[in-house]
Amino acid sequence: MSAEPDSASVQNITAFFAELNRIYSTDRILTNKAQLAPYESDGLTCFRARPCGVVLPENQQEVIDTVRLCHRFAMPFVARGSGTSLSGGAVPIENGLVIAMNRLNKILDYDAEQRTVVVEPGVINLKVSQHVAGDQLYYAPDPSSGPVCTIGGNVAFNSGGAHCLKYGMTSNHVLGIKAVLPDGEIVELGGDSLESVGQDLTGMFIGSEGLFGVALEVTLRLLPKPEKYYTLQAAYDSLEKAGNAVAMVVASGLLPGAMEIMDRLSMDAADAAIGAGYPQDAAAVLIVELEGTTDEVEAEMPLLHSVIEESGAYIVEAAKDDAHRTKIWTGRKSAFSAVGRLSPDFIVQDGVVPRTRLAEALAEIERLSGKYGIRVANVFHAGDGNLHPLVMFDGREEGALHKAEELSGEIIRLCIRLGGSITGEHGVGLEKRMYLGEMYGEDDIEFMHRLQHAVDPLELANRGKKLPAATAPALLTRGAHPLEKQGVIFRD
Amino acid sequence: MHQPANIEELQDFVRASQNIRVCGAGTKPALSAGANVSTSGMSGILEYEPSEYTFTALAGTPLSEIRDALAENGQLFPFDPPLVEAGATLGGTTASGLSGPGRFRYGGIRDFILGVKMVTGEGRAVFGGGKVVKNAAGFDIPKLVTGSLGRLGVLVELTFKVFPVPETWTTICADFPRLETGNSAIIRLAMAQEELQCLDFEPPGRLWLRLGGLSAAVDGRVDRVRNLLQQVDAGVKNEVLSGTEDAQAWNDAREFRWVPVNHQLIKLPVSSAQVVIAEQLLAEASFESVRRYSVGGNVLWLAVPERVGGDEVDRLCQQLGRPALALTGSWSDPQRGLRHGRAFAERLLTVFDPDSRFEMTTTA
Repeated sequence: MSAEPDSASVQNITAFFAELNRIYSTDRILTNKAQLAPYESDGLTCFRARPCGVVLPENQQEVIDTVRLCHRFAMPFVARGSGTSLSGGAVPIENGLVIAMNRLNKILDYDAEQRTVVVEPGVINLKVSQHVAGDQLYYAPDPSSGPVCTIGGNVAFNSGGAHCLKYGMTSNHVLGIKAVLPDGEIVELGGDSLESVGQDLTGMFIGSEGLFGVALEVTLRLLPKPEKYYTLQAAYDSLEKAGNAVAMVVASGLLPGAMEIMDRLSMDAADAAIGAGYPQDAAAVLIVELEGTTDEVEAEMPLLHSVIEESGAYIVEAAKDDAHRTKIWTGRKSAFSAVGRLSPDFIVQDGVVPRTRLAEALAEIERLSGKYGIRVANVFHAGDGNLHPLVMFDGREEGALHKAEELSGEIIRLCIRLGGSITGEHGVGLEKRMYLGEMYGEDDIEFMHRLQHAVDPLELANRGKKLPAATAPALLTRGAHPLEKQGVIFRD
Repeated sequence: MHQPANIEELQDFVRASQNIRVCGAGTKPALSAGANVSTSGMSGILEYEPSEYTFTALAGTPLSEIRDALAENGQLFPFDPPLVEAGATLGGTTASGLSGPGRFRYGGIRDFILGVKMVTGEGRAVFGGGKVVKNAAGFDIPKLVTGSLGRLGVLVELTFKVFPVPETWTTICADFPRLETGNSAIIRLAMAQEELQCLDFEPPGRLWLRLGGLSAAVDGRVDRVRNLLQQVDAGVKNEVLSGTEDAQAWNDAREFRWVPVNHQLIKLPVSSAQVVIAEQLLAEASFESVRRYSVGGNVLWLAVPERVGGDEVDRLCQQLGRPALALTGSWSDPQRGLRHGRAFAERLLTVFDPDSRFEMTTTA
């Protein structure tokens, strides 16, 4: 169905670069090996591909001109933010072009009274909240890579984070998008109002993993900062009890901002890495965070405590102040990179199961871990059933990668079987395409292919991602992303 | 009027028909005028697991039936759909993209839809989204069909996320002496940390606010909000409603009981920065109207006499730079004003309805 991604399909590569040189000064076109290396993979380091070049646009018109040029020459392209994708979504197309969007990082229009901000796609996620903090506002979607990831990337992957249960994902906080379609046509989707008329084109564009084109401007919705947070961490002697506690919190009618669970292995990792200091014999910890007005949160606190007590927690630690709250979250957010220190290599999964089947899913993952003889650490957004099993292995061992991938695949299939999803927030990218057909029928996949083709007949925009398609770039390396090793970003 | 009892019958009908117009309960006559297929034969809740915060129901299911099932389990529609008492269906509400005043706090209908099963213009059954609250696989077809007005296909099954019902509700009704200060209050409140559930405005100066939460906290919260109102304009008068009075106030709002007889109801997305301008334009207009702003000034519900036509509404839309959707009255095209994103919409339409079987006078 799709053209083979090789340079022969590009009519005239020399002519292409000649045209590219009319858009960009030479210092903004990267072509030599050393310059291209950092762009060859993303947060999922096992996929790697070499582009024919990387361009560094500094304004929207350059992006538009580049997309139009690519269309003229049938050159596949990948628009890339900070490359923190955990599903291979930002991996280049072999011999295709990478359009690095980081220099489109201006905040264009901020209206505190309307609680909207219009940003260029290269703006860093966390910077949005920092920019508006003075007005007691914030931008709610908080993927753990927030200090590094871009809004454009968030839009492409409908990024989540720890607060999705109450506040939703990126798509629930984007009001409008100006984009260039793969054939170069410019569209404006949505607007700046919370309300709209007609089909939700903005919602359809978000999470399309770049297949529908490149976002040029994004209108974000801001929320008033919660007045008060109340964070507690409860220790349990079994993972099952922790899972059931989540169900009890939900049944009580409380709507926490976040509910997270870590298992013994991930606690050990965090202890070793940053001295997090988890209770030594706890099988699991549950973090629950309430947020809202001071009156409301203070009224909810006794209810939460009684539910947690009833759930059989044997230690309950409530944050006394901001610093304490930060400490609890740092422990949780360090888990991924901490696991990276326990094990030379690991695969992160991102499946979702219905909350009522959480205990079942965890028991099965434990059984599979035993069956394969591979350690699996579990950290997850318990509130919305979004699991992050960390499948640990040593790539130097013969066959270890393959076994780890098999185990990962079984976990994904487990999620599908239990009625969940293969991905809660990392997206399909390259990594999970082969499983899409198990979650959706053949007909549905074919329908999605047709939608992609209707918008991008030449399959130039992030070709090969999100939908099962042609061959994947070779698996070459694995392990923690360099930024993870430095503790700059955390997988989540 | 064809009334398929299941998806297969619906598929057969679609394959054999042109100019297909769908009707739920007909509570938005401008949108279902001339309908030749009804979803009322496909009604009922298919799955509901309160501990999952999700339900799946057939498109022809009356919202009231789902609302009651949710209420029995201490849950509600976070997007507070309108016309529940009037008999609106889940499918019709989704296709028209309507949310009510309570959407102010957490989001509108498009923020809570999770999955959809539908019949496209080729008569094929397509499933989009999922059944769990978090899902990043596949294209977000559920969001696309929200507000699609029957142009992309017939909705058959829908999965939504729901939220817990607050322990108690309280309403503050505040009368500001001037439009400008009333509008300032809306802006102040929308930026404040009060976690309002609803923020409505009846010009020239009446604000309707609703708070939901634990009883133990409500008095403190009400006091704070009243202080805030006082700060905006010391001349404000306000009263607190609870119990049946609170429930009635929002029921009336949701059912649009304030719309006079022989008036047409139109939805206009706006911003709170436009409220004063909109009021000026409508004061100068050649027709009188009754207005209610909802969702912190993000939507104008406009009631105009029957004789007001498309041109006049289009002119207002142009002046405000907005689209509009007529819900009642007869219009050649109920979708007025600005139309964005056509290039994207048209391409998608070639896949959903290649033979243009879903007759509308518009393409998006």
